[in-house]
Amino acid sequence: MGDDIKADKTIDIRGQVCPYTFVRSKLAIEKMNVGEVLEIILDHKPAVENVPKSMENEGQKVMKVEQTGEKEWHIIVRKDKEKKKS
Amino acid sequence: MEFTEDQILRYSRHIILPEVGGDGQEKLLNAKVVLVGAGGLGSPVGYYLAAAGVGTIGVIDNDRVEMSNLQRQIAHNTKRLGVLKADSAKETYETLNHDVTVVTHKERLTSANIKDIIKDYDIVVDGSDNFPTRYLVNDACVMLKKTLISAAVFRFEGQLMSIYPGDGPCYRCLFEVPPPAGMVPSCQEAGILGAVTGVVGTLQATEVVKAILGIGVPLKGKLLLWNALDMSFRTVKVPRNRECPVCGEHPTIKELIDYEQFCSMSH
Repeated sequence: MGDDIKADKTIDIRGQVCPYTFVRSKLAIEKMNVGEVLEIILDHKPAVENVPKSMENEGQKVMKVEQTGEKEWHIIVRKDKEKKKS
Repeated sequence: MEFTEDQILRYSRHIILPEVGGDGQEKLLNAKVVLVGAGGLGSPVGYYLAAAGVGTIGVIDNDRVEMSNLQRQIAHNTKRLGVLKADSAKETYETLNHDVTVVTHKERLTSANIKDIIKDYDIVVDGSDNFPTRYLVNDACVMLKKTLISAAVFRFEGQLMSIYPGDGPCYRCLFEVPPPAGMVPSCQEAGILGAVTGVVGTLQATEVVKAILGIGVPLKGKLLLWNALDMSFRTVKVPRNRECPVCGEHPTIKELIDYEQFCSMSH
């Protein structure tokens, strides 16, 4: 993986299905700072489309989606938006 | 906080919502809400708050479960006839969700005990069935600056108002004093469609959750009126009354009042 993008945090959620793929990715990115990069490793094919779409809906930047194995994908997301604190 | 595996599953549909998320769910788990009454309104309010993971739910009620309650008071059931409603509600809510602690207050609210009971809660939910309690709760919440989500039902109708003391009107801004005894039917005379309490209680629970999360627009300075037969919702603006006897600029009510002591409403 890697190339020129370095992840600040990696979660391996292989074995997880929708919607928990997004739930776990969201919980992870909530704890990070704006500008930091989250790497998500997953093996649930529908999540390869759903997680990036949901992340973008929440204002985060999807930088890369890469298939790294027959049933393995890496999604790289940069945290761009902090939830409004009430 | 770190969620347990069960919590991630249980609250996943909350966490997915952009307006809630993990931090919103954490607010719910840390929130303390007290219900005045575990009857027609309190039952569904407590049920949804427990499901939502509101961590501490107080239940104030000193009545016992009766057969005639079961047509609408869904926190209770036939096996619990004769059981104190506060205990029955505790059993129901804690069984639904082990993250929830239900604190029972098995006493009738009076001017002497109300402040002590509600002081440790963030939000008060009024689902009481009589005017003396309704005014007592309003006045105590104004004095302690507690957010109050107030609702009432009658026959096929319900009303709802969220009261943020110091920021918008209170119940007395709307109706300054209770109606005289005899003007209103007592609870024993009043009919109510069971599902109406469910709708209004669920609206009330929604306002509570919004208040905890700090999302959306609260029903502040507005009275929501719902008629089930017409299936019509109306919202009426309620201005703050500067001369309100409890929350106005020159309050005349500085001590809590036990109305039943001198207006002897029938029960």
